[in-house]
Amino acid sequence: MTCLVEIPTALRALCEGELQVQVPVGNVRSIVRALDERFPGFREQLGQSFAVAIDGELIHDPWLEPVPAGTELHFLPVIAGGQETQVSVNAAYAAPEDVEAAVALLAEAGSQGRVLAGGTDLIVQMRTGQCSPQLLVDVKRIPALGVCELGTEVLRLGAALSSAVLREQPEVRRVFPGLVEAAELIGSEQVQGRASLGGNLCNGSPAADTVPALIVADATCIVAGPTGMREVPVAAFCTGPGETVLGTGELLVELRVPRPPARTSDAYLRFTPRSEMDIAVAGAAARLELGDDGRCRGARVAIGAVAPTALLVPEAAEALVGSDLGEDALEAAAAAVRAASRPIDDVRAPAAFRTHLVGVLSKRVVRIAASRAAGEPG
Amino acid sequence: MGEEDGERKFRFVGTRPIRHDGVDKVTGRAQFGADYSLPGMLWGRVLRSPHAHARIVRIDTRAAMAIPGVKAAATSADLPEIEPGPGPANLAHLSRNVLAREKVLYHGHAVAAIAATSEAVAERALLAIEVEYEPLPVVLDLDDAMAPGAAILHEDLKTRGGKDAGPTNVAAITEYDRGDVDAGLAEADVTVRRSYRTQTVHQGYIEPHAALAQTGVDGQSVLWCCTQGAFTVRAYCAALLGLDVSQLKVIPTEIGGGFGGKTTVYQEPLAILLARKAGRPVKMVMNREEVFRATGPGAATHTEIELGARQDGTITAARVRMCFEAGGFPGSPAGAAAMTVLAPYEIPNYAIESLDVVCNKPRTAAYRGPGAPQAAFAIESALDELAEKLSIDPIDLRLRCAAKQGTRTPYGPTFKRIGLIETLEAARDSSHYKAPLGPDQGRGIAVGFWFNAGLNSSAEVHLNEDGTAIVATGNPDLSGSRASLAIMAAEELGIEVHRVRPVVADTDSVGFTDLSGGSRVTFATGQAVIDACRQVVRELRQRAAKIWDCDPDQVDFVDGRCVPAKGSGLSEEPLALAEVARQAGRTGGPINGQAQLTARGAGPSFATHLCDVEVDPETGRIEVLRYTAVQDAGRAIHPGYVEGQMQGGAAQGMGWALNEELVFDTQGVLQNPGFLDYRMPVASDLPMIETVVVEVPNPNHPYGVRGVGETPIVPPLAAVANAVRRAAGVCITRLPISPPRLLAALHDESGGDS
Repeated sequence: MTCLVEIPTALRALCEGELQVQVPVGNVRSIVRALDERFPGFREQLGQSFAVAIDGELIHDPWLEPVPAGTELHFLPVIAGGQETQVSVNAAYAAPEDVEAAVALLAEAGSQGRVLAGGTDLIVQMRTGQCSPQLLVDVKRIPALGVCELGTEVLRLGAALSSAVLREQPEVRRVFPGLVEAAELIGSEQVQGRASLGGNLCNGSPAADTVPALIVADATCIVAGPTGMREVPVAAFCTGPGETVLGTGELLVELRVPRPPARTSDAYLRFTPRSEMDIAVAGAAARLELGDDGRCRGARVAIGAVAPTALLVPEAAEALVGSDLGEDALEAAAAAVRAASRPIDDVRAPAAFRTHLVGVLSKRVVRIAASRAAGEPG
Repeated sequence: MGEEDGERKFRFVGTRPIRHDGVDKVTGRAQFGADYSLPGMLWGRVLRSPHAHARIVRIDTRAAMAIPGVKAAATSADLPEIEPGPGPANLAHLSRNVLAREKVLYHGHAVAAIAATSEAVAERALLAIEVEYEPLPVVLDLDDAMAPGAAILHEDLKTRGGKDAGPTNVAAITEYDRGDVDAGLAEADVTVRRSYRTQTVHQGYIEPHAALAQTGVDGQSVLWCCTQGAFTVRAYCAALLGLDVSQLKVIPTEIGGGFGGKTTVYQEPLAILLARKAGRPVKMVMNREEVFRATGPGAATHTEIELGARQDGTITAARVRMCFEAGGFPGSPAGAAAMTVLAPYEIPNYAIESLDVVCNKPRTAAYRGPGAPQAAFAIESALDELAEKLSIDPIDLRLRCAAKQGTRTPYGPTFKRIGLIETLEAARDSSHYKAPLGPDQGRGIAVGFWFNAGLNSSAEVHLNEDGTAIVATGNPDLSGSRASLAIMAAEELGIEVHRVRPVVADTDSVGFTDLSGGSRVTFATGQAVIDACRQVVRELRQRAAKIWDCDPDQVDFVDGRCVPAKGSGLSEEPLALAEVARQAGRTGGPINGQAQLTARGAGPSFATHLCDVEVDPETGRIEVLRYTAVQDAGRAIHPGYVEGQMQGGAAQGMGWALNEELVFDTQGVLQNPGFLDYRMPVASDLPMIETVVVEVPNPNHPYGVRGVGETPIVPPLAAVANAVRRAAGVCITRLPISPPRLLAALHDESGGDS
């Protein structure tokens, strides 16, 4: 009398690559003991808190749950503090500790695999049935994805770095105030502890707050894949709503942001009807470099939530560079931004309103970035 | 009842003890609807209509039942047919809302239900249910519903109070009038004529509906659910399922918000039905999307108002016509709106008409002061415009026609002692009203009224052997009622508030009690608690007389002690309540009190709200800078929770004014079924709401209590709109005043463009 145990992906290596194992029936306790005897370390790897599904029926705190003959048993992670959730019971979970292992898992799972960082988008999508991956690859245990290093040339941000950690870096905030304020706008205090910069980018939302800020900072994405590493500018990373350049098995590892020149600073502004817990109706980021004469020497302007992806608007920068950042230059930049935007009408806002707003925001954000740049000692 | 205790010195009434359920709630130990589970439990899920209006040709659940793990299926064929009939709670309509029978009437309307071993299996089974629909034209809103040749939702519907025999989508017309409106308008020096619209809103309670049912082979059932009224749920479920009331016990769980939305049933009868069919317990928990698509909402409205006044501010006439969207079944609060709209004012000539109109949206449910906020938005906006035209301070204008003791209400009775004038004066005299305003800023004021309810309540007071007490009532605690009931018991018994344990009892454990709604709990159930405590006190005096071997008349009860009455000649040492309780066994047995009543004489509560806003003319965004709520509470038993009600109502009303709106597409499909896009305000959107509690005691309550829960949501819609009008210089006739809408209004006004 046996039951069939599905081995979770994360434990497959330990279980000599087995996908399924027949185990004598009993209860969950006896089954875990049997597996631990056969595959020493199984119980430790499984950890203290897990749930099981017996023939698809989800059971929390299942230690003494009887497992009848002929049934199929899945081990599941406990998500959201052990509350019952509607997360697909078929999703296996793996938490590799290096990039290579993560890439291998993702490559094997193909379109059935999804990267889990903070999960603030993914878990919601799974709950509402927008996606039902077979494998979740949790990348938070990979050290490379948690780095936050400001060097003399470049700022390195691991893709799984949370907003909450980023905002605790005073030096990063001093050099990239716009980037940090964009990350701080995401969700709530609680969400910030989970939400990652890489996730914000990979989710592919046109309204993602950090993306325009990363674009004006001229950030580069470091992507690992089955054939090695490659670099993609942030401005080219997203290709449409929910779509990115990532191919099968590819993983965003890090964002590299060059240190800006002297007398340069950035800012991000978004418009939401609510003050927080909302999604941008329009967003604008600017990075301004001032010359010794106080005129604009360099500029980058990017906009969000007004096109299928966040956009860099070189025409807006052209309107600013060389100017004294007076009303005419700002209005010209705003006009360029409005011309570049291609928003949709939806429940969040009418298209015409978004177009109008992004112009207003771009003027305001340029003023903020300029005053920051002026206040910045060379 | 009816005794006046106006001069009484209170020991506990008016203090602010921490609520008895507070620690459980802030530490997460409190058990809400979805927290209950039973061994062997199944999960129930509901199949919902993909059409907003369609005839159901056929439902076949056989394929779903064949899926392993599926244990029961239910359709309207499993419910007894209930013939449509009159009455406020039309059970035929309720039954058809719980499970659609002949037709589906809105997108998301429940069509069938499944119980299975897991939610995932149940979800899969829903997909296997075959339903054949014959789609019908969608009646989107009021204009559609009343257009000539409109599709008809209910072929048998006749207009109650109307002359037209139908077919029609107008379910009821309510009318009140007095004097000669045309003559009154002709007398006026200044008139205002406007048309106002509000959109469909949701009560927005955080806790989704949840129910767990268990049924024995003997037909006895137990239901755990989050509800505002366990007895109401028991009555509806018994009627819809054809059960005896005694076969069903309803255990109310803690409730995470209701605001009127949890005064009816949705999946509760289905959980019982599925549990009976499957022979196992069934748990049903709605997800947020279902809550938005199929519960609530508050009605969208269209109101036309004409007001006339003489130069001195005397209002000569008012004409009001209000149309309320009822959703798929009749029963919007159009009638209540007609009663409340002019209630705060003395106007010699008026004509009020309101229409209850069905359309293909979710069936509306009660929402805090049902109908009054929409009505107040219209009348208070028009009054404000009138004040401006007359160059009269808006509070002064209202004071000139404010209702007072003896004013006859439009709906009939004359007011007894009420506190409207006191709230207006307190608002006028507040520091807020005198504070200066900056550029792009404006200040709005508005008045609100709600009747408040009495209804039926029971209470049991058990004196424990150590002198502590249990107070058991049948009202789920929405907002601190445990604390207020315990305070009243402490006051009567003369023991500390935390020596009283207030209990929300199930339907088997306390006498019938109407639901927690109508701002009635502290007023009505409070009276039952006071009565029951007074029985206990009578008994305590008798027991003391036995101990002292004297006549009960020789014993007084003062501050929790039995003492010799003045002039009794006794010289005994006082006997503390705890001492008498300890000796109960040798003096006649346990000491309990029990009372039941139909509370009458609920005192109406009036409020005046002040709101300051700043408008961003480039984006249309509105920032609420300062807000003050002034309200007559009669007597604030626990002032902290009275203030909490005032703040909560003001916050909800501001959300209604600023951004809240259920958006339906042309096929009647809700576009924003979640809190992300149904934009209720978050804490950082609002300033700290200042409160001024006015106490004009209600003569019909021993302590002077008036209900306070609903009135606070009545004024904010107009208070915000009036503030925006004065800040931006554009007339606000449509809610919500969302940024795109305000920006468009600003551009229309200036003739400019973006």
